[in-house]
Amino acid sequence: MGIRGKDEDMKHRRTNLEPLEPVADKPEGQDPMGRTNTMPKPEARLGREVQARIGQQLRAMYNDVVNQGVPDHLTDLIRRLSDEEK
Amino acid sequence: MKLDPAIRDQVLATVPSLRAFAISLCGNIDRADDLVQETLLRALAHIDSFQPGTNMPAWLFTILRNLFRSEYRKRRREVEDADGRYAETLKSHPEQTGRVEFEEFRAALNKLPSDQREALILVGASGFSYDDAAAICGCAVGTIKSRVNRARTRLADLLAIDNVDDFGPDRATRAVLAGGGRN
Repeated sequence: MGIRGKDEDMKHRRTNLEPLEPVADKPEGQDPMGRTNTMPKPEARLGREVQARIGQQLRAMYNDVVNQGVPDHLTDLIRRLSDEEK
Repeated sequence: MKLDPAIRDQVLATVPSLRAFAISLCGNIDRADDLVQETLLRALAHIDSFQPGTNMPAWLFTILRNLFRSEYRKRRREVEDADGRYAETLKSHPEQTGRVEFEEFRAALNKLPSDQREALILVGASGFSYDDAAAICGCAVGTIKSRVNRARTRLADLLAIDNVDDFGPDRATRAVLAGGGRN
């Protein structure tokens, strides 16, 4: 019977796919950055991707200012004040 | 008596990070530099109250934050100004991230309530422990944790929505128009 045959066919395929199923409810997918992703839960992996990006952007933004070093007028101020007699 | 050079060097070493924090609070480079200068004046006038061997950055950040809260907070944070002037002060945009993405991130960060943004920056960018961040903000460690979590969740929401654009050609077009790129 066609249906039975199809069932068996499905069963066969299912066996091949079995190892993937416990790992992912959406086996194939892309995260918002367009990369193929095989991580567990879509929400969780989205969270991780975005969190990693947040951390990276946050530090990049912050370090951009840090890397400017100490402006001259502040260096002068600190040196002047620290040389004053108290 | 003169200031111990070791202490002075600790103060100097903290200034770059202090400025970055000040800019994140003020959203304006000129005001941030005024705030840092005022912080340094106050810190050096009261340097005797600093316990050598304790955390100099945390001490200076606390002074700066208190000054900001007491004086600068009255003036409104100039978000629109932050977009222009802040970007201007940056010598270069971070290499790994495109300019468009960078601007999107800053816009999202600006949408956070100030206490959440502050907590996220202290922990996520300045690298303070939750304990230090709590001491700087004068609140409980649990409060800092919850602010950081809410900040991350909110940012993730804002950025995830923006990321829908990543699939289309629109983003690439915008990146080109912005003179940026992905590398």
